[in-house]
Amino acid sequence: MKVRDMTELAVRNLRESMLRNSLTTLGVAVGVASLVAMLSLGVGLQELASKRLSRSGLFDAVFVTTQGNFREFGRSRPRTAASGDPRVLDGDARHDLAHLPGVTEVYPDVRFATEVRYQGTPYATMVAGVPASGLASGAFDGMQGKFFSSGNADEAILQVEFAREITPQTETLVGKNLELRYAERQALPAEPDPRASVGSTASKKTEKPPADTHGSSPAAEQTPPPQGDDASPLGGGFSIVPRQKMLRIVGVVDSEPAAGFGGIARGRVFIPLQVAEALRATQANDLRDALRGRTGKPSYLSLTVRVDGPSKVKDVEAAIKQMGFATFSLLDATKNIRLVFAVFDVLLGIFGSLALVVSSLGIINTLVMAILDRRREIGVLKALGAADGDIQKLFFVEAGAMGFLGGLLGVVFGWLIGRALTLALNIYLRKQELPGIDVTSVPWWLAAGAIAFAVVVSLIAGMYPASRAAKLNPVEALRYE
Amino acid sequence: MAAQQEIAIHADQVSRHYTMGTTQVRAVDQVTLSANAGEFLAILGASGSGKSTLLNLIAGLDRPTAGAIFAQGKNLATMNSQELARHRSSTVGMVFQSFQLLPRMTLEENVELPLRLAEVERNERNQRVKEALERVHLSARLTHRPTEMSGGEQQRAALARALVNRPSILLADEPTGNLDSVTGEEIMNLLQEINQTLGMTILIVTHERPMAERFAHRLALMGDGKLMSDGHRR
Repeated sequence: MKVRDMTELAVRNLRESMLRNSLTTLGVAVGVASLVAMLSLGVGLQELASKRLSRSGLFDAVFVTTQGNFREFGRSRPRTAASGDPRVLDGDARHDLAHLPGVTEVYPDVRFATEVRYQGTPYATMVAGVPASGLASGAFDGMQGKFFSSGNADEAILQVEFAREITPQTETLVGKNLELRYAERQALPAEPDPRASVGSTASKKTEKPPADTHGSSPAAEQTPPPQGDDASPLGGGFSIVPRQKMLRIVGVVDSEPAAGFGGIARGRVFIPLQVAEALRATQANDLRDALRGRTGKPSYLSLTVRVDGPSKVKDVEAAIKQMGFATFSLLDATKNIRLVFAVFDVLLGIFGSLALVVSSLGIINTLVMAILDRRREIGVLKALGAADGDIQKLFFVEAGAMGFLGGLLGVVFGWLIGRALTLALNIYLRKQELPGIDVTSVPWWLAAGAIAFAVVVSLIAGMYPASRAAKLNPVEALRYE
Repeated sequence: MAAQQEIAIHADQVSRHYTMGTTQVRAVDQVTLSANAGEFLAILGASGSGKSTLLNLIAGLDRPTAGAIFAQGKNLATMNSQELARHRSSTVGMVFQSFQLLPRMTLEENVELPLRLAEVERNERNQRVKEALERVHLSARLTHRPTEMSGGEQQRAALARALVNRPSILLADEPTGNLDSVTGEEIMNLLQEINQTLGMTILIVTHERPMAERFAHRLALMGDGKLMSDGHRR
C-alpha cells in the first residue's frame, strides 16, 4: 500500500476511536511534557548561567599585563629579543592587540582614588572608568536611573553603598551634581639631566576626549592614547595638578560591573571610560614607570582584551603571549561549567523520559485493544489483498501518529509548564525585590528532539501490537464476531 | 467455449487438517477438483462439510496441509505470504455471507479499498469504482454507509468490491446465506450476469441446492471434508 493511502487509513482509524486514541495521545503528551519541562529547566539554567557569565565579561576576555608586572600571576616571562626588557604595554601595544583576529575591544582599567564632593561635603572614594560594553554585563540591570547617555558624557553612576553614605534615599541622588576632585598629571618639558625630573609620561593637555572605544567600528580604530600623551616628548617627568570636574549623577547601581579582572580596589563612583581616560588622573603605574626610569612611551597598568566568544580566547591569549605580554583568562572554568550542566541535563532527561516510557504502555494497550476491535477488519483487509507487512505498517503509522501528535502537544504543554515555572519564580523574585529571570528555555532542537523521541518510543511500543496484527489468521479474523 | 477448456483452478489432493485439543480435524481431506476458466461452479454441502475451508484455500487465505492448489497455473502452496496477498488482490475476488463491508467507510470507500491495496493510481480509481458500482446497480449510493443499506444492497456492494480489481476468479462463500429468497435470487442473477458478460470463473459455496442447480454450470458435493461428487448440472 502506498504511504498516502496508509496514512489516510491510519488517520481514519484513529478518528474512529476518538476518545480512546485521544486519551492515549494525551498520555504521550504528558510524558513528553514532563521530559520537555525537565530539559527546558536544565537548558534554561545553563543558558542563564552562560549568559550571566558571558555578560560578566570574564569568559570572553583576556587580561593583559606587562611581563614582570606584579599582576603576572607567576607566569613565565619571555623577554623581547631586542632589549631583553619586557615589552611595554603602551599605545602601540594597544593598537597591535586591537588588530589581532577575533578581538572586538581593547580597553584599559582606569581607577584612581580621589575625593568627590556632594553639596559641599567631601567623600574619599575610588573612581572607575566603565566601557560602553559594561552595560551588557548585566551589572546595571535593575539600577536606579539609567546608564551613561554617551561614552563621553560628564555623568556618574554611584555604587549603592557609597550612595547610602551620602543619603539613605539613594533615588534622590539621580539628577544631582557631584564634584569630582582629582590629581591630573601634566607633562613637564624634557630636561637634559634625567636626574632632575621623574621619568614618566608627559602629558599634553587637551580637552578633546579620546575616540569612542566602544562603537561598532573596528577595534583598531578606537585606540586612544594612554593617559598622558604619547605625542609629547618623554623623559621630562610630570607634575601633579589638582583638578575638579562636575558630573551629573545618572544612576545608582547595586554592584560593580565586572569589566575585566583588574582594579586595585572596588570602584564606588563610575564614569564613562573615555571621560576617565581624558582626565589623565594619576594612577599607580605612573609612579611605577617613574621609578623604573622608563624613557619610552607612556604605558598602561593593564589592558582588557575582549574576544568574539569564549572559543577564541585560547588563540588570542596565545597570540598575546607571543607578543611578549603576560595574560590571564578563565577559559578552563567554562569547560567545567559545561560538564556540570551536561550531567545535570542527562539526569533531568532520564527522569523526564520515565513518564514517556510509562505513557508508551498506554500506546501498547490502545493498539492491542484496537486489534481486538478491528480483528474482523484486519481479516477483510487481508482477504482483499493486504499483505502482513501492510497490516504491520498500518499499526506502525497509527502508533507513530499518536506519538507525533502526543509529542507536539507535549512540547506545547512542556513549554507552558516552563512558562508557568518562570512566572511563579519571577513573582517570588519580585517580592524579594530581585530582577526577573527566565529559568526555562525550549530551543528548537529540544522541541524537535522531544517529538522525534516520542515518535520513536511510540513506534517501539507499536512493535508488539503491529506484529500481532500482522500475524492474525485472516480466516479466524473473518469469523470473529 | 475454448476458454472453458483452460483450467482456472485446480486443487490436487488438497488436505487441510488441524488439531483441536487432542482431536485432529480433517476439514478438507484429499480433495481434487478443477474449475475451467469461465465456469460457474457451485460447491454444495452441509455445515462442517469443508466447503468454506476449501474456498479459503483457493482464495489463499489459508494454506493446505497437503496437496497443491493451482490458480492460473501457479501453485498457491509454494507461495510466500506476499505472493499470496498479491493472489488475493489481483487473481481472485471474494464475497462473503456476512458481506464484510467496513461500516465506517462509505460505499465508495469500501469499493475503493482493494484498489488502494493493489496500489492502483488515484486518477484511475474513480473510474474503476464507478464501473464496478454500475455493474451491481448501486451508482446512486456512493456516499452511503453499509448500515444505511439493505442486505441485498450490501451484498451487491461487496460484489462490486470483489470485481473492482478485475480478477479472473470470483469466490463467493454463501453469498445468499443472509438474504431472503428474492434478494438471494437477485444476487445469483447478478453472479450469472457477471459470469456470462465478463467470462469470469465463479466458485460459490452454498447449501441451497435448488438455487445452485438453477445458476451453476456444475455442482460439486462435499461431505466430511471429502469430495462426494463432482458432476455437470447441464
